Amino acid sequence: MLEEKSSIEVFGQVKNTFKHGIHPPEHKDETNSLPIRQFSFAPVVTLPTAQHLGKPSKIIVREGQEVLRGQLLAEADGYMSVPLHAPVTGRVRKIANVPTISGKMVPGIYLESLEGAGQEVIEGEEVSLESSPEEILSGIQHAGIVGLGGAAFPTHVKLKIPDGKHCDTLILNGVECEPFLTTDHRVMLEQSEDIFLGIRYVMKATGAKNVILGIEANKRDAADFLKSKVPVDLPLEVRLVPVKYPQGAEKMLITSLLGVEVPSGGLPIDVNAVVINIATTAEIGRLLPHGRGIQERVITITGPGVKQKGNYLIPIGTPLRYILEEVGVEGTIREVYMGGPMMGVAVSNLDISVTKGTSGVVVFAEKNVTATQPEYPCIRCAACVDACPLSLNPSKLGILAKNESYDLMAEEYNLMDCFECGSCSYVCPSHIPLVQYFRVSKSIVRKRAAKKQPTHA
Amino acid sequence: MLNKTLHISTSPHLTKGITTVDIMKNVVYALLPVAGYAVYAFGWDALFLLATTTLSAVITEHYLCMWSGKPTTVGDWSAVITGLLLGMTLPPAFPLWMAFLGGVIAIGLGKYVFGGLGNNSFNPALVGRAVLQAAFPVAITTWSAAFVSDRFFGVSSSLLAQPFMKPTYDAVSGATPLSAFKFDGVLTGSYELAFGMVGGSTGETSAIVILAGGLYLASRNMLNWRIPVSILSTVYLFSAIFHLINPETYPTASFMMFSGGLMLGAVFMATDMVASPLTPTGVVIYGVLIGLLIVIIRIWGGLPEGVMYAILLANAVSPHIDKITQNRVYGTTKQRQTA
Repeated sequence: MLEEKSSIEVFGQVKNTFKHGIHPPEHKDETNSLPIRQFSFAPVVTLPTAQHLGKPSKIIVREGQEVLRGQLLAEADGYMSVPLHAPVTGRVRKIANVPTISGKMVPGIYLESLEGAGQEVIEGEEVSLESSPEEILSGIQHAGIVGLGGAAFPTHVKLKIPDGKHCDTLILNGVECEPFLTTDHRVMLEQSEDIFLGIRYVMKATGAKNVILGIEANKRDAADFLKSKVPVDLPLEVRLVPVKYPQGAEKMLITSLLGVEVPSGGLPIDVNAVVINIATTAEIGRLLPHGRGIQERVITITGPGVKQKGNYLIPIGTPLRYILEEVGVEGTIREVYMGGPMMGVAVSNLDISVTKGTSGVVVFAEKNVTATQPEYPCIRCAACVDACPLSLNPSKLGILAKNESYDLMAEEYNLMDCFECGSCSYVCPSHIPLVQYFRVSKSIVRKRAAKKQPTHA
Repeated sequence: MLNKTLHISTSPHLTKGITTVDIMKNVVYALLPVAGYAVYAFGWDALFLLATTTLSAVITEHYLCMWSGKPTTVGDWSAVITGLLLGMTLPPAFPLWMAFLGGVIAIGLGKYVFGGLGNNSFNPALVGRAVLQAAFPVAITTWSAAFVSDRFFGVSSSLLAQPFMKPTYDAVSGATPLSAFKFDGVLTGSYELAFGMVGGSTGETSAIVILAGGLYLASRNMLNWRIPVSILSTVYLFSAIFHLINPETYPTASFMMFSGGLMLGAVFMATDMVASPLTPTGVVIYGVLIGLLIVIIRIWGGLPEGVMYAILLANAVSPHIDKITQNRVYGTTKQRQTA
């Protein structure tokens, strides 16, 4: 097969893209023209204290207490943590373990919404644009903001420039390469003012002088719209990038926009860049001027199993069961993913609620799901080698994983660079669950490394 | 209905939808015209021969699976490919009992002892042929001419030779263009070569039909086009140079291109995914190596034809080619070499 044309012409300029990658069906037309709609309040929302990477937050309310929408429910437990705010005015019914997507029960809050209560959001202390970078970062933490693209990494940690490093370019991620999802697309079309204000905050916090917004070419309308709206004093460049999965991965986007590679094992700051999701930026612009905490987010509810597909502004903690009852499902549902179908996680039951990191809920009904394909041996067809955006050798890694040669995988075949985009599994004709092998292998390698490290305590 | 138990799977939840079985079936589809042309050229002999090797490969695969207590893997169609390819490398009037034995060896020794599909170091069909060549050197170099008028009336007597008995050959037998050139200095015309109007192995005669099959597979991304392209261009270049140096001794490049098993080998044998390298650079090295070996064996070797040994040798070094041609991993500076 001839190689994919690896560059496209955008705004008169030829821009490069990263190597390899795949083209899954997009399925975005179902929802990308539907404006964001406010979702109703569930009778009870369930809020796990661990909905971000890092330490769970510490609950500061008690059972039976009445809380206002936007009120602090749990505070950040240290630096690698963010607080949790009430998504709805109501009463704390129970403080107990709540189900989460990982299958684990974690401490959390069952919050009953009060019927008839005014759902105004309470405001806090304004964090102005004149504040110092530290104050802005602390404001971001206090607002409970995490990466809304799906990883839910605390944003204030991500934006903190380590000592001795500096940030030249701020990259805004408006790629949204996951099939089915259209939240970022709608946010870009509908929340331009929040985005521009958010950019100013983030520039201040990181000290970045240039800002590039990367948007996948299938969202040209959003790119054109934002380009036409950019305030004259904002050094924002809007650029289209080719439609190719996983274009939205941080490293891939940096390569597409800046033409450099992030060193293996390194972070974007190693090439003087910081990448932030566009919806997260909008959230910063919306919350910080009012000192508010995040209590809702835009989620694409879609998939062939959903009747009223759409982009909804949904309170954090709304259980999936409530959401699916409201939008209606087609026949018997079979598989539900939180996030997109490439990297999202299948949920085991509908009592799980949406969290800050939930960008989409994709539902497949019984009739849409084909029987699980049997696994065949690797025939070394090299489809995975030609798909891996990091130019790893998934075929070899898969064989090594079966042989449990985890150390060899990490030392010789760059296992730890894999960010689990799933391109290899997507193309594998033998249906070898490659990325699942790599997840397991990575966690084993991490555990072994932790064991070897003497603990200084 | 929201109360049904949900099915849990790990991401990605989408697949491209092309399966290993699809690939194998498509290779068979691409081989069918070659088989059809073989029957057209050599008559019932070719049909019986191809049917025998295919059946033998499939039966061997099935019984080896049963014997080792595993579910049968004949459903993946890879044994059919091996059987068809083996038959295509044999002379049309090859005794059927030997052909059957070849199928057993191809699957048993070429594939199953390595662990079945995906684990064979060598192209199984060529392993089968190599053993037959060693065991039955006369039978495997006794060629019948193509397009003889009575090819659809009965079969050659040698085809039905009894096991372990010396086969008797019919009067009509022709040399292959390669052996004619090598031993008698006779050059066959390009037209006859391209359309397979020559003696030779069952499936190797018509370059056009083989190339069409290869194009079909390459267009569906089920065949690595770099392999045949690098083999054929190497053979062309290498033999053109020798022809330039001494046109008397060395044949023209186009004769080298279209004669013998080169096309069949380059398109269908060397491209065995399992036994060829993974990386884009690796397959080019592999192809060039095969091309060089073919010309060397044909020109200086004792045998008129060198495709089989060239491919088998390249199969043997393909893991090493893979090792030295790993793609540069994103974010690393050095080409990773695992010695």
